[in-house]
Amino acid sequence: MTTLDAPRHDILDTTATGDNYLTHSRGFLSWALTLDHKRIGVMYMVAVLCSFFLGGVFALLLRTELLTPGRTIVDADTYNQFFTLHGAIMVFLVIIPSIPAALGNFVLPIMLGAKDVAFPRLNLASFYLWIGGAIFTLYSLAVGGFDTGWTFDTPYSTTTTAGGVIPVLMGVFILGFSSIFTGLNFIVTIHKLRPPGMTWFKMPLFLWALYSTALIQVLATPVLAITLCLLIVERTLNIGIFNPSMGGDPVLYQHFFWFYSHPAVYIMIVPAMGIISEIIAVHSHRHIFGYTYIAFSSVAIAMFSFIVWGHHMFTSGQSGVMNTIFSLISFSVGIPSAVKTFNWVMTLYKGTISLTAPMCYGLAFLFLFTIGGLTGLHCATLATDVHLHDTYFVVAHFHYVMMGSALIAMIGGLHHWWPKMTGRMYHEGTGIAGCIIIFVGFNMTFFTQFMLGSQGMPRRYYDYQPEFQTYHIVSTIGAYIMAAGFVTTAVCLMQSLMSGRRAPANPWGGRSLEWQCASPPRHDNFEHPPTVGDCYDFTPVVWDERQQGYVVDRALDTHIPHGKSPNTGGHQ
Amino acid sequence: MSHTDPSPHSAAHATDQPLVGHLVPVRILISTAAALLALTIITVAVRYIDVGEFNVWVAIGIAVVKAALVATFFMHLKWDRPFNVLVFVGCTLFVVLMIAFCVLDTSQYRDTQFTGNPPMAQETLDANAPGAPITQKKADINR
Ligand SMILES: [Cu+2]
Repeated sequence: MTTLDAPRHDILDTTATGDNYLTHSRGFLSWALTLDHKRIGVMYMVAVLCSFFLGGVFALLLRTELLTPGRTIVDADTYNQFFTLHGAIMVFLVIIPSIPAALGNFVLPIMLGAKDVAFPRLNLASFYLWIGGAIFTLYSLAVGGFDTGWTFDTPYSTTTTAGGVIPVLMGVFILGFSSIFTGLNFIVTIHKLRPPGMTWFKMPLFLWALYSTALIQVLATPVLAITLCLLIVERTLNIGIFNPSMGGDPVLYQHFFWFYSHPAVYIMIVPAMGIISEIIAVHSHRHIFGYTYIAFSSVAIAMFSFIVWGHHMFTSGQSGVMNTIFSLISFSVGIPSAVKTFNWVMTLYKGTISLTAPMCYGLAFLFLFTIGGLTGLHCATLATDVHLHDTYFVVAHFHYVMMGSALIAMIGGLHHWWPKMTGRMYHEGTGIAGCIIIFVGFNMTFFTQFMLGSQGMPRRYYDYQPEFQTYHIVSTIGAYIMAAGFVTTAVCLMQSLMSGRRAPANPWGGRSLEWQCASPPRHDNFEHPPTVGDCYDFTPVVWDERQQGYVVDRALDTHIPHGKSPNTGGHQ
Repeated sequence: MSHTDPSPHSAAHATDQPLVGHLVPVRILISTAAALLALTIITVAVRYIDVGEFNVWVAIGIAVVKAALVATFFMHLKWDRPFNVLVFVGCTLFVVLMIAFCVLDTSQYRDTQFTGNPPMAQETLDANAPGAPITQKKADINR
């Protein structure tokens, strides 16, 4: 049993001496100028959750306004600003950075077995760019706000009198660079900093997902930057690129915008799928089913995502030929998504499922993503989309994908890695309660919107026919319930910070490398270079009563050749 | 205080990697620059030769050669790993894809658009614009 004693001893030591990344150095500057990927990840997480709160407040305000036809709490112009702000904040400040920049930054190097990302300074710069983008977005509120919708569609965005359009375009431009920096960093890190033994097909699926996401971030985001620049130039100098009265082409704007923004949807969902692959495998203690299929489907989704953008433009005046091509290719995205879903379900089958809070979020994801994904097919079908376009059906569809899937996975991942990030356990019951309340509230809010939309209620409208009111009331009450769920979750996590039980190194029985370092990890992540095994082979993971957590018993691992010391060399 | 101590692996990296990247001989740099200048002159020169439909293709062809020179010599792709060439070409393909789809679409719906100058542009033209790029004045359209 000597093989078992060695790693266990290390873990106990690091926890006992208390030197971890949180206590490694103190003071405001030690955080503000840190190059530690873990601290940057935590700062990102705090910033993203603050923005999420702000975006959520706008969501509640606009749902409240929609309780009755006509005026409920605000006038129509303010309502336009509410839904624009809700959309812009949630997309650009919350969901896009939430998984890659916040959770990814924290987890990626540790999962990989590296000490940091490839360019730590670029990483910090990316965070400050995010702050800069957020400041510009808030500044735009001070100078008159913006009511263009988060898509900034021309010609409205070039002609509206709202004063905050240019600042917010600047803000989103800057946020784009923050996103590119993160993506670039992750690509280089995964290529260059894999330790010996960590081959591509030994990487956890979350890393495959982050890699695919990074590819999209690097390839697509520059297009958004250029488009927004052109829009600023158009608005200030009237040069006639997008404005039809100057000879411009507004449909071209939509082409440029959606060339980024459809892939952006996959910047949101692909890393979420990665989290789900981890959660489902770890919490059902069963080897992930179809590893290579899930890995390659992430890359396939990333590639497909670049050739389907026109499905947002079926009714924009886009030509019939392009409509047909885009409709056809859009259906093909369903294939890799379904491959993933079936593999997750197969992983659950005959697994030893622990119904922990992360697993509840994982199951919620499976349910909501299936609805969100399948209703996408309605929207990709040309004939039905003419009816459904710009109705609440589309709103419900993308909320099922972006919120019900991406954000739910993010919150699930937050619970999953919370013990690792903070070194504290949260109260399991409260966490699960939060998940259930959110799940119920979410479905109440958005399932009703499928009905509203298919009956013809257009999105972004301030006023509506009285027959829609019942659905709107149910939807708004659902939003309140969801808010209560998020408050429950926040209370649960706050309580854990104050008085949570100390977390063991491996509370869930995970096998990937982040569970083989202390909770919270040391400043340089690993005391000894970790041994890379099959990260989904849970047979050597055994419960250890002394630590109240799991340990990896290398004697039981059939994949590591015995009698050979773990590799300790440099990076390839 | 702030994190200043370099982590062990970055220190190790600093020693086994040269401080300066690959150096390109000045002769190559100068001849590349000369070739670029020559091509610029050619670009201007072919402006005076009308080959009809192929005008644009000639211009794009010269631009591609220039871009290739910059990428190969100035951006060191010639001496980098082949993988970097693959990345570069791959990214270019994405640009081509985007432009091609947009152009394909606009060419499809072009004949549904109104002909003539758009109102705001026409206003400018009618007022005063002797050297304006859009030379078709309202009087010409009405004729
Ligand atoms: Cu899309």
